[in-house]
Amino acid sequence: MPERTRTLFDKVWTAHEVSPETDTAPAVLYIDLHLIHEVTSPQAFQVLRERGLTVRRPERVLGTMDHSTPTKTAQVFGGAPIAVDSAARQVQQLERNCAEFGVELLALRDAQRGIVHVIGPELGLSQPGKTIVCGDSHTSTHGALGALAFGIGTTEVGHVLATQCLLQRKPRTFAINVEGQLGAGVTAKDLILSIIGTIGVDGGTGHVIEYRGSTIRALAMDERLTVCNMSIEAGARAGMIAPDEVTYRYLAGRPRAPAGVAWEQALAHWRTLPSDPDATFDREVAIDASTIEPMITYGTNPGMVVPISASIPQRPGDAAFARALNYMGFTAGEPIKHQKVNVVFVGSCTNARLSDLRAAAAVLRGKRIARGITMLVVPGSQDIKRQAELEGLDRVFLEAGAEWRESGCSMCLGMNGDLVGRGEYSVSTSNRNFEGRQGAGARTLLASPVTAAACALTGRVTDPRELL
Amino acid sequence: MQPFTSLTARTVVMPSANIDTDQIIPARFLTTTTRAGLGAQLFTDWRYDAAGAPRPEFILNRPESRGCQVLVAGHNFGCGSSREHAPWALLDYGFRAVISTELADIFCSNALKNGLLPLIVDESTSAWLIAHPGAQVHIDVAAGMLTLPSGAAVHFPLGAFDRHCLLQGIDELGYLLERRAAIEAFEQRP
Repeated sequence: MPERTRTLFDKVWTAHEVSPETDTAPAVLYIDLHLIHEVTSPQAFQVLRERGLTVRRPERVLGTMDHSTPTKTAQVFGGAPIAVDSAARQVQQLERNCAEFGVELLALRDAQRGIVHVIGPELGLSQPGKTIVCGDSHTSTHGALGALAFGIGTTEVGHVLATQCLLQRKPRTFAINVEGQLGAGVTAKDLILSIIGTIGVDGGTGHVIEYRGSTIRALAMDERLTVCNMSIEAGARAGMIAPDEVTYRYLAGRPRAPAGVAWEQALAHWRTLPSDPDATFDREVAIDASTIEPMITYGTNPGMVVPISASIPQRPGDAAFARALNYMGFTAGEPIKHQKVNVVFVGSCTNARLSDLRAAAAVLRGKRIARGITMLVVPGSQDIKRQAELEGLDRVFLEAGAEWRESGCSMCLGMNGDLVGRGEYSVSTSNRNFEGRQGAGARTLLASPVTAAACALTGRVTDPRELL
Repeated sequence: MQPFTSLTARTVVMPSANIDTDQIIPARFLTTTTRAGLGAQLFTDWRYDAAGAPRPEFILNRPESRGCQVLVAGHNFGCGSSREHAPWALLDYGFRAVISTELADIFCSNALKNGLLPLIVDESTSAWLIAHPGAQVHIDVAAGMLTLPSGAAVHFPLGAFDRHCLLQGIDELGYLLERRAAIEAFEQRP
């Protein structure tokens, strides 16, 4: 019998089966890398304590703090206390937990600290063929390097801490084939927003997506990370991209990537991972990238998205749609362009890498943001912050009238007090426009860094191509 | 975890599709380091206005919703973040089961690990339940059956392992810890 052809996902999954799935039990899946942060880990450590357990493989766990941490320099580096008391307690709890259980922690003032999904790739820890989990749904980000990476709940964080394994049912596979060249002013963010608009916010449920095709192969690693990041916004368990020369060039020389002989061995293994040429998927969709415009959301989930030149759709009789537009203060049929903007946020695990900051700065250079606009630029990691400052990007943002902050999740979900006010409109490079996501009553429009920067200049929803 | 064998209870209906975990429990309540007491914040921005007063029109604030233990929700309930605080909040509030045509993957996994039953039904059953808020339903976990007030019984999917864990009230950690020898053998592989 000929050997069955296998997808990238199949190969990574099978290589990590401690025991395969049966009719009566899920698979036991071994986890190579477990990333933890302050918000979804405290209750898991508490379970270890209550049951007298230790962390099975502390060297496979790395802690950082990002979700509830301050972004104001004085609160990070001293001079002022962390403004949100409960956040301060959570940060201290993570410090205690990591110390007690022997887990490495990149603490608040560590030079390598950053958003968990930014630092994994940046340190070279996220690698092709690895299984990577974190108590955060945007763990799908790391799939850009050819890893099987997915978000888990806190109970499962405890399982991985105690056993380095998870009980999992094998998801189905879903190929998204993207062909055609992205136009000027159209970014990886617009591509993934367009994909979500096409397949829907539950289009990937139960599946692991593999993004394929010439458009995907032509993307730089930062762009691939943006695409895989929002797999969860399409409901998918994970998103993956086959490793290739872009991946290897990205990883080479990173602090925690293999080096020397180990690098050569790793490379030989990584080259075996891409899906076999005739591999089949449970589902396939074709996307034409050449027709995609800059995209922006108008509603309260990421699937409520339109090309920036389009009008807000009309769906008479759809009560949920009407409720969403009411929340947003929009009218069906009106153009999304020229809608008022109050806040612009450039940041998050979706779009706070160096190339995102460069793209936003290129739009702002030598200009001032519109009167009355608040603009927050929050780098994805402390390392990105330093690199951006070496290039003078901080000066571009500050001279334009934006705020330049320390790294963290910040206004993506507002846990640290970086909030959008009730009723205000925020054009945000983050990943979720749910009701209240950026603050109670806040109205979020998701877009790319170039679109966000263009909106900051005019104070209105603006097509970035008009400023190119 | 409490064993879950059967339940007879009335439903609360929230028919919107894509109710996300930021609605179930907003991020500002995630700075807790325990799992207790989150029911007070369940659906908080829908339950309370900006001044903190209950919104009388919201379904959970209506007198007929008191004591209901089954939430009937629209398609793709629980989408968004992986926060386990969502099922913790639903359970703490008093819900034991969530019925929908589809539940988001991570929410479903988190629910099962806490004894909150994710119950998937077909479109017509969902439509009937949505049209009949407050209906008293019976859930039999061993048989995988949902019985409507008419007596009609609808089968719902539930994996053998998940069913076993619910019926016995056991959690997966014990099962994984018993696999220690297999895990060690895996780690020794070249």
